[in-house]
Amino acid sequence: MNRPITTGANSLRTGPDARGRFGTYGGRFVAETLMPLILEVERAYLAAREDASFGAEFQRLMKDYVGRPSPLWFASRLSETLQGAKIYFKRDELNHTGAHKINNCIGQILLARRMGKTRIIAETGAGQHGVATATVCALFGLPCVIFMGATDIERQKPNVFRMRLLGAEVRAVTSGAGTLKDAMNEALRDWVAHVRDTYYLIGTVAGPHPYPMMVRDFQSIIGEEARAQILDAEGRLPDALVAAIGGGSNAMGLFHPFLDDAGVRMVGVEAAGRGLDTHEHAASLSRGHPGVLHGNLTYLLQNADGQIEEAHSISAGLDYPGVGPEHSWLKDIGRVEYAAVTDEEALAAFQLCTRTEGIIPALEPAHALAEVAKMAPAMGRESIIVMNLCGRGDKDIFTVADALQVAL
Amino acid sequence: MSRIAARFAELAAERRAGLIPFLEAGDPDPVTSAAILAGMPSAGADLIEIGMPFTDPMADGPTIQAAGKRALAAGASMARTLAMVAEFRRQDGTTPVILMGYLNPIFVYGPPRFAQDAAAAGVDGLIVVDLPSEEAEMLAPHARAAGLDIIRLVAPTTDDARLPHVLDGASGFVYYVSITGITGTRTASAAELEQNIPRLRRATALPVAVGFGVRTPAQAAVVGRAADAAVVASALIDTLAGTLDAHGRATAESVPRVLAEIRALAEGLRGAKA
Repeated sequence: MNRPITTGANSLRTGPDARGRFGTYGGRFVAETLMPLILEVERAYLAAREDASFGAEFQRLMKDYVGRPSPLWFASRLSETLQGAKIYFKRDELNHTGAHKINNCIGQILLARRMGKTRIIAETGAGQHGVATATVCALFGLPCVIFMGATDIERQKPNVFRMRLLGAEVRAVTSGAGTLKDAMNEALRDWVAHVRDTYYLIGTVAGPHPYPMMVRDFQSIIGEEARAQILDAEGRLPDALVAAIGGGSNAMGLFHPFLDDAGVRMVGVEAAGRGLDTHEHAASLSRGHPGVLHGNLTYLLQNADGQIEEAHSISAGLDYPGVGPEHSWLKDIGRVEYAAVTDEEALAAFQLCTRTEGIIPALEPAHALAEVAKMAPAMGRESIIVMNLCGRGDKDIFTVADALQVAL
Repeated sequence: MSRIAARFAELAAERRAGLIPFLEAGDPDPVTSAAILAGMPSAGADLIEIGMPFTDPMADGPTIQAAGKRALAAGASMARTLAMVAEFRRQDGTTPVILMGYLNPIFVYGPPRFAQDAAAAGVDGLIVVDLPSEEAEMLAPHARAAGLDIIRLVAPTTDDARLPHVLDGASGFVYYVSITGITGTRTASAAELEQNIPRLRRATALPVAVGFGVRTPAQAAVVGRAADAAVVASALIDTLAGTLDAHGRATAESVPRVLAEIRALAEGLRGAKA
């Protein structure tokens, strides 16, 4: 499967350790009621990873159901417009269900079945993970409950309807600001109450160990394909990789297979919302501090008393006050740079992509594209950037219309 | 002997189970919360559990979530919680006080400094919901150095093979989470308790307190027959919440009603042990 190709002593791809730590980050900070389950998930995953039939089934579904490999597209008109580096899109927006989220869901649903679990729960922000989870539950005939913040339900109506069409029960979460953080709290509460039969299908590289490792492994198919594709197209590795960061799964999936390629610069792009110097952003790495939430030690948006602050982003998928623990470690050791892009910049990039490439991106990768638009002109024409176009923007047209003050 | 050990020794001598009422620090405001705390021992509290408000209480049901929200809106903080305990200690030197909460506010406060400040304020033990034994070293050495007990949680999902690991380093008493669920929801049956408490007794000599889902004097009595103490939280918070005015502010009824309920619960526990 997607295990590191190189695991030498100096490799950055060997984490986490046996306690689920990436440096000091990660871990398993859950209530005792859940701890035996977390350990069971870990045992089951480690066994599955060694099982060739599990890997073969994952690959079969990736190819015939998801439609992988996703293409690597040379965005020539965009590159021309920006007058700098050659920009390639890793087109995970072409996957079945329209985003990278399905990669992880396929892996985890196979694991849940292997563990004999009969009920699936998940949290969702933008609804992409919820749709992907509802999809694999429909595929395998498993009941599914999706926890979604009431605010997000309001701004992501098309995805809510999709989930319901797929047979999922969508439960509105009204605690807190009614966004992804609150949905995750509620999913954890549900799991505590249904430990025996329920599998919690976490959608990003966060949560208690083994989730950050497991989700990264499933998403690493993005980077593995991209690595082979760019070598095929250009005969060399790219100069830079760029990806958006909410919890960080699409970025981790793209970055991880390149971590030991010292010449490849990596940039994770957080949501700066209305600006990093306002309180309305979701840039936990740029502006947060280490803390413990949702089972892991990682950078969090919080006040001086350790109370978690609400995140803000025009993109519901980036609207989370934490980030996967491997990113926290990669930031501290300096291997990955983390930038932040405002709502306004993301909206401009959204339109730029639409008009130059004929691709309507989701607002999440529009953040990555806004950073690419800043980087590319400063790089030579022979430089290469690979950006993860991790989702398509159909779900966002209402939000974008609203921001552009267009009545639909 | 610690206050916790001394109190459980007294309870054993009196052949009765103890009552551990809960309050969320600063709910609905600092003055009302301190008044409830001050009145708890004479109302029948044998030990007291104080919740440290947190924005994301993942093991708590709607009742305690709402209490934490009210407390934070009224300015609750770790420093204020410790100050409230210190004030209580000036008039009560014997009733054990256990702080219960989530790791992040303690992590941000700094575990060594938190353990020292909590002990100095008169806190006797800590229950940290999201700090399983696997991660306990983040806090346990500092708590031990400050003379604080780390109260371990045991759940119905904690099997016999795992029990020794969970109980390793436990002190004070063991908190048995009687249901697989969040606070204030389901109640464990007498049969469930009779099955699980002896299992726990075989693994530890520490006193056993039972919490989650204990709401009425009758339920407390059921717990009292099987365990050494019963924790009552959500029922008391519901009572408090029921006395608040339309703006969520305390009324003249708030303190007396909560204390009256504690009296009834204590009564229910008397003579529960054969």
